[in-house]
Amino acid sequence: MLLRLDHVGKEFYGNRVLSDISFDIDAGEIIGLVGENGAGKSTLLNILFGMPVIASTGGYEGTVQVDGKTVHFTSPNQALAAGIGMVHQEFSLIPGFTATENILLNREVLRGSSMSYVFSDRVSTLDREAMNSRAITAINTLGVNISPDMIVSEMPVGYKQFIEIAREIDRKNTRLLFLDEPTAVLTESEAEILITALKKLARSGIAIVFISHRLSEVKELCSRILVLRDGRLITDQKAEDLTTRQIASFMVGRESEKREVQQPIEIPDNPIDTISASEMLNPSPKKKRKKIRPALKVEHLWVDMPGETVRDVSFDVMKGEIFGIGGLAGHGKLGIPNGIMGLYPSGGRVKLFGKRLILNKPRAALGRKMAFVSEDRRGVGLLLDEPLDWNITFTAMQTQGRFLFGIPFIFQMRNERAMSKEAQKFIDQLSIKCTGPHQLASELSGGNQQKVCLAKAFVLKPDILLICEPTRGIDIGAKTLVLDTLREYNRENGTTIIITSSELEELRSVCNRVAIVDEGKIAGILPASSPAEDFGMLMMGQTKNNNDNNIDIENVNVNVNGEGEISA
Amino acid sequence: MIGRFIQNAGWPRIIIALFLLGLFIAAPFVGVRVDTSLSNTLVRFGMNGVMVLAMIPMVQAGCGLNFGLPLGIIAGLLGATLSIEWNTEILAKLVELGTVYKISWLNEVFVTNWRAALGFASAIIIAVPIAAVLGWFYGKLLNRVKGDEMMIATYVGFSSVSFMCIAWLLLPYKHPTMVWGYAGRGLRTTISVEGYWLHVLSDALALDIHTENIHLYIPTGMLIFFAVMAFLVWVFMRTKTGTAMTAVGSNPDFARASGVNVDRMRTIAVVMSTILGAVGIIVYEQSFGFIQLYMGPFYMALPAVASILLGGASVNKAGILNVVVGTFLFQGILTMTPSVINSYLQTDMSEVIRLIVSNGMILYALTRKVRAGR
Repeated sequence: MLLRLDHVGKEFYGNRVLSDISFDIDAGEIIGLVGENGAGKSTLLNILFGMPVIASTGGYEGTVQVDGKTVHFTSPNQALAAGIGMVHQEFSLIPGFTATENILLNREVLRGSSMSYVFSDRVSTLDREAMNSRAITAINTLGVNISPDMIVSEMPVGYKQFIEIAREIDRKNTRLLFLDEPTAVLTESEAEILITALKKLARSGIAIVFISHRLSEVKELCSRILVLRDGRLITDQKAEDLTTRQIASFMVGRESEKREVQQPIEIPDNPIDTISASEMLNPSPKKKRKKIRPALKVEHLWVDMPGETVRDVSFDVMKGEIFGIGGLAGHGKLGIPNGIMGLYPSGGRVKLFGKRLILNKPRAALGRKMAFVSEDRRGVGLLLDEPLDWNITFTAMQTQGRFLFGIPFIFQMRNERAMSKEAQKFIDQLSIKCTGPHQLASELSGGNQQKVCLAKAFVLKPDILLICEPTRGIDIGAKTLVLDTLREYNRENGTTIIITSSELEELRSVCNRVAIVDEGKIAGILPASSPAEDFGMLMMGQTKNNNDNNIDIENVNVNVNGEGEISA
Repeated sequence: MIGRFIQNAGWPRIIIALFLLGLFIAAPFVGVRVDTSLSNTLVRFGMNGVMVLAMIPMVQAGCGLNFGLPLGIIAGLLGATLSIEWNTEILAKLVELGTVYKISWLNEVFVTNWRAALGFASAIIIAVPIAAVLGWFYGKLLNRVKGDEMMIATYVGFSSVSFMCIAWLLLPYKHPTMVWGYAGRGLRTTISVEGYWLHVLSDALALDIHTENIHLYIPTGMLIFFAVMAFLVWVFMRTKTGTAMTAVGSNPDFARASGVNVDRMRTIAVVMSTILGAVGIIVYEQSFGFIQLYMGPFYMALPAVASILLGGASVNKAGILNVVVGTFLFQGILTMTPSVINSYLQTDMSEVIRLIVSNGMILYALTRKVRAGR
């Protein structure tokens, strides 16, 4: 038994993130650890690697044993000494150093000299040749071919990942290796090489814990799979006993709860969704279709938003629909609304009621009666140092010329009374807890700040409302209120609403349809009533291939234009 | 109640105000007249007010304090010197216009009674476009160095002053009252505005009581001019553009997401600030009586910066009240310390105290740069 966890749990300031985790790992075993964002994976890794954040927040419960002896790491160095290695999601390499120097950093092969007798090893010179040969050994173990003299900053991302792993392998005593999403930045062929290399490593007796969101890889590589959900260990089974579908359903779970689901909006005449393959090949000119234009049509959108890159996204949103965009953090779901609103560089085609929208210009998007509630409430959403009435009416004032008096374009002063009145209206309507429209936005609680952000969007009287993470960081009561407000606003005004959220359950309870974004692309769009594991499968990169009712929109477009064969 | 007042006013202002009050109380005992001191304070307040006002747009737009004020001052100096250089031509042109359009009273008004006012107005009219152009480039520069505006601004001020040291010598000024006597070219370091527009604002509607017991002089015209400028700035900050500018300073990302062109707003703010600096120095000169060239503008930004900070402004929020309170306190200290403390200590301490107050105030405010709540 290499590592054993016994009833390990962790609480952050009364907020339980891990409870009762028990499992063990044998030498040479490869274990897959999967779970949604916030399932507790990182906390578990932090405990095992002795990260100071754990000790500084009151330590953890339960025991961790290495080789049958109870250990309690308080710093990563102790974990390293015990033979636990970790490869993080973010690279921790020195860009200007070569592969060798990075792999052997702080473990350099030294050549003694007379100086080092007098002083210490600190003045020894490096034995470059020995270092290179050691680096080559480590790199070769991985089955890749990287020159040891290559500078890290000049390497492709995939290589950097290999160097990180090579560094852990070179450590002679490494027996247990944690890999946090190592394949996220790799191309498919690189990922395959890595998986082969890891299998080879495992045969040499090193145990590996592999964390990934790509379920197919996990299934291929690992012998055992652990699923975490809401801080609990849901299952610990042999990989061959599990199907990817089962894993997905374990991850998202919560199916037993009874809840009311919004039905997908009726889209009877949608030309794309109902057209059949044979009709595509033999279009009958007689059969005239009533053309329904979607409220928002997005085609091949890309957005360069740091950490949320959108690569190629196409979807339609019908008028009056509540459309959800879900997916794991960092896969680009937030990039979509931010890109459409022009806040980050973007390209592709976005059509609003059939008319093309100018991208990269917030003013253009706002001018077309779109409103946006940012996920970064304090950073983008609010003027923290200004009163509420400013926050609520500013955008309307600047883009629609309201709350002003005077002569347009020549001299217009702000109408403070009208601003206060409008703000007061929304304070009453959304029951924002504050002392009045002149209180500063920074003095409100998170939930009330979110309501101010909503009010700011509502003032614009938008045709399309884009909302990012409407319930992030606010308490449960405020959450329901915010979601109810959105639902009500949609029902009363027929406003098309696009909600982006990392909470799938929330999307499924509010939206008509939900799109899942995976690695910058739409993995699939499902009605909210679909079973949770279907969404889970999409999130994990298991793109649905047995589509019965909807043909992939992208493929259809390509084929119509390119007169090629249907490959649905 | 008192605690609340202290909280609203802020300790630095209360301490300085009490110190100033103390100086006024102590003045009669060391033989310094309170009424003349008060008159001096008011005159200095009027002289410096507009330059302090110049801080507001840039602070509100999030560009920090305008340490590059010398750039605006240079525009003002160009306007002032050119107004003297072309004084005769300008007047002649107006007389000609008056004759052509048969407006007989024009000659009388311009040439006789309003000569000085006309010279002053022409100085401002020449200075403003120059300031606008310089400010535009200055604004473009500051947009490239977001986050380090104050550091860059300081060097913009310093280097522009040094550049103008060369220019003042080389520019083809000819007017005999301004150029060096021995060479016939190159501007002098100090140029008198007497005979042109000396005290044109100060003496307008001035209250000058000079009896045996009271020596009081209130430069009403200058104070009204400051009030008008302050009102214009106040109105501007309330317009649609001014509101957008404030929002840019408060949170540029918010402003951008609301469709505001952040860089444009910042440029407008810098242009405004530079123009106010130019107007400010002309007001200063008409009261002071001299145009100071060369290294004259070098440290001009510091008193203005110190004043507005003393008035309670922060690096990203400033209002008219901050300007009024700050300028009064700062100039009050400046007026009172030489007379009172020197009479008491029998040594010249004024410069030391001025430096302690102005630099100390800047230091105090800059260490409080961190934004609350973020």
